[in-house]
Amino acid sequence: MKFAVIQFPGSNCDQDCTAALNSLEGVQAEFVWHKETSLEGCDAIVLPGGFSYGDYLRCGAIARFSPIMQAVVREAAAGKLVIGVCNGFQILCEAGLLPGALVRNRSLRFVCEMVTTRVEVEHSPFTIGMAKGTLLQLPVAHGEGCYFAEEATLRELNANRQVVLRYVDANGVTAPAANPNGSIENIAGICSRERNVLGLMPHPDRACEERLGSSDGTKIFASMMQWIVGEQARAA
Amino acid sequence: MKMKVIVTPKAAVLDPQGAAVRDAMQHLGMPEVRSVRIGKYLEIEVDGEEAEVEPRLRQLCRDLLSNPVIEDYDLLRAEEGRA
Repeated sequence: MKFAVIQFPGSNCDQDCTAALNSLEGVQAEFVWHKETSLEGCDAIVLPGGFSYGDYLRCGAIARFSPIMQAVVREAAAGKLVIGVCNGFQILCEAGLLPGALVRNRSLRFVCEMVTTRVEVEHSPFTIGMAKGTLLQLPVAHGEGCYFAEEATLRELNANRQVVLRYVDANGVTAPAANPNGSIENIAGICSRERNVLGLMPHPDRACEERLGSSDGTKIFASMMQWIVGEQARAA
Repeated sequence: MKMKVIVTPKAAVLDPQGAAVRDAMQHLGMPEVRSVRIGKYLEIEVDGEEAEVEPRLRQLCRDLLSNPVIEDYDLLRAEEGRA
């Protein structure tokens, strides 16, 4: 199956994503330049981390107007899987594919560390095979990862079970100390109402090998693969 | 014609930068400072008639220059002779 990894000017995790995905059997990950206008033929879309357009104006604010984003919006509406990591999450929010926004870390510091996240929904295309409460060790590296949403939006996110990952301590508790950026309700990742678009600040792409400190990121990609295979079987 | 856009964080959005600057101002001898909010200021030079250009600029304020989820904006005509 084919994963399209979008390259914006200033993306810097495009190589990480492609390497991580290509290490999985059955996956072929390919770069797609942001000036392209079609994503036909791919099974999933990855918006990688980095500093698209130098984070000028706001993180992701300019990238969301790249030509490829119209194709991303189109494919997302058609039900294709889209995952946005870090800067990719910021772009998805700016593009309106996910609600809310990511603002400056409460500490005003760039955080670069391994964090523990807790899986909040077991039935999303990104968490197949992971029981609710499963802990994933994933690295974060961002200056603007503090998730913010208005109260009404937050209520809706919780009611529709769109919060996929939260920052927790080693015991799986959403303690303030376990929150690296001040995110509202310790939110680390959310999905769209239709559940096929995921945005998250932690990097599964940097956690696909034990020697990198964790291979938990593989579980998210493996879940996507399983979901795609299921969809293909259903369509056939 | 020169226009200016002022973008400010919404009241509900935490502004840690503003809080840090407020603290510094208080430490520097102004304990009266109650709050500081930090936003962005854009100066825009644009050709054309204000009546025609203004609504289009306003649209771009909403779509690009500010994020309505976290920010408010003001679009103003810069006074002649000033930036």
